[in-house]
Amino acid sequence: MTLLEVRGLDAGYGDFQALFGIDVNVAEGETLAMIGANGAGKTTFLRVLAGQVPAWAGSIMFDGTDIAHVKAHRRVGLGIALVPEGRMLFGSLTVRENLIIGAHAGRAGRWNLDTVLDVFPLIRPLLDRPSHVLSGGEQQSVAIGRALMSNPRLILLDEVSLGLAPVVVKSLYEALPALSEGGATVLLVEQDIGQALEVASRLVCLLEGRVSLEGKPDGVARSDITAAYFGLPAGSGSEASS
Amino acid sequence: MTGHRVTRSDRQSTAGLAVSAVLLVVLFLLPWWDSDGSLRVPLVAILYYLALAQMWNLLAGFAGLVSIGQQMFVGIGVYTLLSFAEDFGVDPYLSVLLAGLVAAVLSLPVAAFAFRLRGGYFAIGTWVIAEVFRLIALESDFLGGANVRTLTRESLGGYSLDTRNTVTYLMALGLAAGATAIVVLVLRSRLGLALRSIRDNQEGARGLGVSVGRAKLAVWVISAFWTGMTGAVILLHNPSTRAESAFSVLRWTALVVFIAIIGGVGSTTGPIIGVAIYWFVREFLEDAEEWRFIILGLIAAAMAIMAPRGIYGLLQKRWSVQFFPVRRKLVGPGVTGPAPGGPAQPVAGTGHPSA
Amino acid sequence: MEWLNAIVQGIMLGGLFALFATGLSLAFGVMRFVNLAHGDLAILGAFVAVSVISATGLNPFVSLVIVVPVMLAAGYALQLGAFNFTISPDPLPSILVTFGLGIVIQNVLLETYSADSRGLDVGSIEIESIRVTDAIAIGWIPLITLVVAVAVLGALQLVLSRTSLGRAFRAVSDDPPTARLMGINDRNLYAVAMGIAFATVAVAGVFLGIRQSFGPLDGPAQLLYAFEAVVIGGLGSVWGTLVGGLLLGVAHTVGGQFEVTYGYGSGPLVGHLVFLVVLATRPSGLLGRRAE
Repeated sequence: MTLLEVRGLDAGYGDFQALFGIDVNVAEGETLAMIGANGAGKTTFLRVLAGQVPAWAGSIMFDGTDIAHVKAHRRVGLGIALVPEGRMLFGSLTVRENLIIGAHAGRAGRWNLDTVLDVFPLIRPLLDRPSHVLSGGEQQSVAIGRALMSNPRLILLDEVSLGLAPVVVKSLYEALPALSEGGATVLLVEQDIGQALEVASRLVCLLEGRVSLEGKPDGVARSDITAAYFGLPAGSGSEASS
Repeated sequence: MTGHRVTRSDRQSTAGLAVSAVLLVVLFLLPWWDSDGSLRVPLVAILYYLALAQMWNLLAGFAGLVSIGQQMFVGIGVYTLLSFAEDFGVDPYLSVLLAGLVAAVLSLPVAAFAFRLRGGYFAIGTWVIAEVFRLIALESDFLGGANVRTLTRESLGGYSLDTRNTVTYLMALGLAAGATAIVVLVLRSRLGLALRSIRDNQEGARGLGVSVGRAKLAVWVISAFWTGMTGAVILLHNPSTRAESAFSVLRWTALVVFIAIIGGVGSTTGPIIGVAIYWFVREFLEDAEEWRFIILGLIAAAMAIMAPRGIYGLLQKRWSVQFFPVRRKLVGPGVTGPAPGGPAQPVAGTGHPSA
Repeated sequence: MEWLNAIVQGIMLGGLFALFATGLSLAFGVMRFVNLAHGDLAILGAFVAVSVISATGLNPFVSLVIVVPVMLAAGYALQLGAFNFTISPDPLPSILVTFGLGIVIQNVLLETYSADSRGLDVGSIEIESIRVTDAIAIGWIPLITLVVAVAVLGALQLVLSRTSLGRAFRAVSDDPPTARLMGINDRNLYAVAMGIAFATVAVAGVFLGIRQSFGPLDGPAQLLYAFEAVVIGGLGSVWGTLVGGLLLGVAHTVGGQFEVTYGYGSGPLVGHLVFLVVLATRPSGLLGRRAE
């Protein structure tokens, strides 16, 4: 079943257009990795889905209804949660409060403080610390946990690995299957292709605001991905749609 | 860049300049044909309000210094003139200049305190300091305390009534035209570029080596100087005063702010339009001061929400007019003339002669 | 002893200042919004009480039951209908709208109630006091005001630190776009904050009216005192606001002890000067965490 169906999406900031006619489908329960170079439009795409950046044109069907013009704060209640780039924890709130505020929209589901802490046990002793004293990896765990607290049907992860040590990234990615098992559909944006392909059931590559490649990780050749990623006119890049 | 040149004027702004020049000459010659003063006397108030509005506009519209304490400089001007002319016997017209200087000097310690605050807190902070000056005037034996003080005939003695009226009128005209010219000149100067880059991006401006503090301070002192002289001329026009009216926030800041907002902050033409509207409202509601404040206050508040650039901004959006040439434009082959207020601002930087 | 009495009375007066400062501090803390009509709204609240009392004959304390909800609703509506449109990195629109609103309130009050001074009569308690020593007596009204101020600030602190509303306030204060991702409607939250600000300033206005006579043009002075209390105490600190209010109150009463030339107390002048000294030496306030 298709959970999210994006058609002909244009978006940008001010005079600058970042996305050009994006078509993307996400099936319920899958883990879709969106890859692409810096500035390809991945973060913009997630922010449009979360309602932080307005869609200029096109439709965003979520579970059968067009949410393109639904306000950001209402989308959480519909079951869309974004883990923003840079974690964006609330500095005046403790770790516990950061997690609890994730449940502000009040959606019911399996995720609560206890089940989230089961996925990220390392946070448990830090619950009453102010969030800004945490390490980058701990902050990222809290940010993902905070999004889970809203019991999302679709969780959007923006650059989970950004600025983190490889060993930390590895442990964060090990937690991702738990998200899917909990019933959430995952759409993750990564620059680190290797990491993304390990967990993804499908991948989409963006190039300069357009979809340049789509397929299953084991179904596309590494050279095609490289071509779609950098926009090389590679002879083997036959599946590239641009 | 061959074939391009940077220009500040176009046909409209040249026309605007010509119209203002004619108007200025007519107003300058007014005393010689308006012999009974029936036009001149009411015009004085309009002119000094224009001067005050331009000076507030320079602070709030261009330097981001939203002062609610302009009444302090008016009051300082009033009391400086009183002290010099009445107590020390200095020529009253020379004292007008001294009033401006005293206001400018006092604006420095004021800035030392107020510049520690930003935005809305800067606004209230200037208001507090204006209150300090009012209370000092009220408590000072030397300045006359709570009593009414009058610029007496003795200190004005050297001049006939007719001469006095004419000189007051011409001074008010000079202050109004001068204030407008100051805004134009400041904006065309290096200081203006610094202010514009501060307004657009304070951090970026700092990175480019623009001294934010110094540019703001310069504008602050200029505005204090001119507002202080205007205060002195207000006393010449209306020679009786007391601390409550010399330091009145309603008269010397609220009305001035309303005039500037309604006409258009951040432009040189806006305050002129605003002062014309003020005149109109005053004629209609001559005996209802409260209603004047209510109506002007409501319009100004509505404008601030719906049309932050005032009536001039609305006109500009519609017909793209610019009367005073302060914006630098790049013209030449292949360059479409950017609409005023449009996104073609970086051009200003490229055209700047490095001094 | 006279000085000790002045200090005691100043602490009582400081309670009133803290009550005035609460709403200003809250609106700034939650949405960086500076309401220049804050003092005029207090006076408006006091005049609403005048009308409620003349229509119903209620005691001024009891009239709060009507005045506070009315002002709360007004604050909520005004934020949603007007102030929200001025929230931007540019402070100019919000300053202009609230400054204009203040001037309009003053003049509407002048038109409606005339320029006469009013007072809110609560009966004999007004002149009753607790005699501490021969030279020091604490009036019941100032004492009740101080207690109410501490209670209001304490309640606000509890709401901010313990409730989900308080968490949402702090989250929005930190980062509105991310708060929206949590499902928080920031615009609505701003309206709630402004409603609370109006409610507390209405309480302050009514207590001012019980304590002393007031007129339509008394708002700006209250705004300045509230602002000074906030800055002295430190932005973003609830207890700092109380400390700032108390210090300012003491400055007023101790300053009032000085010889004055024309019968105007030098209290307000001394208060302003104390504020300027704090501003120059501790720009982030006595208990401030953030410099502004």
